[in-house]
Amino acid sequence: MVSFRNKSVISIRDMSLDDLKKIVDTTRFVKESNPPDFMRDKTVATLFFEPSTRTRLSFESAVLKSGGSVFGIANPGSSSQSKGESFADSIRTVAGYCDVIVIRHPVEGAARMASELSDTPVINAGDGANQHPTQTFLDLFTIKESLGTLDGLKIGIVGDLKYGRTVHSLTHALTLFGAELTFISPPALAMPEHMLNELDDRKIHYMNMEDMKDAGKRNLDILYVTRIQKERFGDTQEYEKVAGSYRITGETIEILGKDIRIMHPLPRVDEIAEEIDKLPNALYFTQAHNGIPTRQALLGLVTGGLD
Amino acid sequence: MDRAYKVYSIQNGTVIDHIPTPLALKVIRILGLGNEGIMTIGIGFRSKKYPAGKDIVKVENHVLSHDETNMIALIAPDATINIIKDGRVFEKRQISLPSEVRGILACPNPNCATNKLGAEKHFFLEDRKSVTYRCKYCERATVIEADLLSSN
Repeated sequence: MVSFRNKSVISIRDMSLDDLKKIVDTTRFVKESNPPDFMRDKTVATLFFEPSTRTRLSFESAVLKSGGSVFGIANPGSSSQSKGESFADSIRTVAGYCDVIVIRHPVEGAARMASELSDTPVINAGDGANQHPTQTFLDLFTIKESLGTLDGLKIGIVGDLKYGRTVHSLTHALTLFGAELTFISPPALAMPEHMLNELDDRKIHYMNMEDMKDAGKRNLDILYVTRIQKERFGDTQEYEKVAGSYRITGETIEILGKDIRIMHPLPRVDEIAEEIDKLPNALYFTQAHNGIPTRQALLGLVTGGLD
Repeated sequence: MDRAYKVYSIQNGTVIDHIPTPLALKVIRILGLGNEGIMTIGIGFRSKKYPAGKDIVKVENHVLSHDETNMIALIAPDATINIIKDGRVFEKRQISLPSEVRGILACPNPNCATNKLGAEKHFFLEDRKSVTYRCKYCERATVIEADLLSSN
């Protein structure tokens, strides 16, 4: 891809190492230099066919801060789809109203389908359980900003590794940077076989473990925490026992070393104790804030304002 | 004599042999054959290779393309293809898994755009050894089973 101008951004699977580096570097440029109005005269449609207030506001803020204008739908009830218009017709119509479409949809593959129906570039803001590429871009930028590099890092990922799309996209991206990966989860929520096969094919070093205490020996640079969802367990007691054993506390920091950085895609429930928030180890609020320059950078690259 | 030539020999066309029983009709369906004139189907011939028997399909006066015959590899990777011209074997063709499959392979993910929004069924080969394909839309990897295949 390398040049993003007028290209759709649908999946981490479509990205090369150079593509990811370009997005991370452009994000740094936006955050450090705050270039003015590179989206002037550009209009962005945010089509959220399922509610996601945080992601939508982050995109809309990114457009406005870059001097562009934005319109959209915030929930499916307010779209003409609720009157029976087909998805394809909605996309073809809106494509004529704007310079970029940002789409979130509960169906997996909806963003790719939209990109094929539209000459206007489409940015995937989440398609069901499949992809959420801008989350991965901001994760990568946050790691680079904090550690100065993305190459050859030791990264632990804890929580729901089976169903978490954030985890799968991030894992895919990190393999391009030659990361050494440690997966920490209960066996029922372990990284799926097909993901592990991909890592084997790419000759990536990884280790699966169940107990957080064992991660202490891995010299991790980053611990990426994800939520273990209650609905994955039939039994509430079992859920509470499992979720409790992966809770990040001061003791976890002691096990993993004082330099460990803790990341989380947010929102969190109670998987990270509040005592961690004020420690220098906590990167997750910075990570969330980095969503704005990351999305500004991507919009600038796609519209040509930052090419 | 239980020999394959119990089925008519043809003068021109395509012979698909060594299809494991009972996949002959499935092969015809995934190739979308039906209006190509005379077709002879033999089911359940004895075979050393297949204890449950083998099927044969002969399509008269129609030479299948390489893209078409490669589709057979999805369900019958050891099938053999002979192209017949003037009563003789003109070409013995090897088949290999197609790099992409459009239209005939249903995505087993019920929440995929191909099942929910009418996107075209489209898969890319992911792993030859395990016959795994990845859906272009929902990006799930699927090991191919005959049940997932249907006509266009």
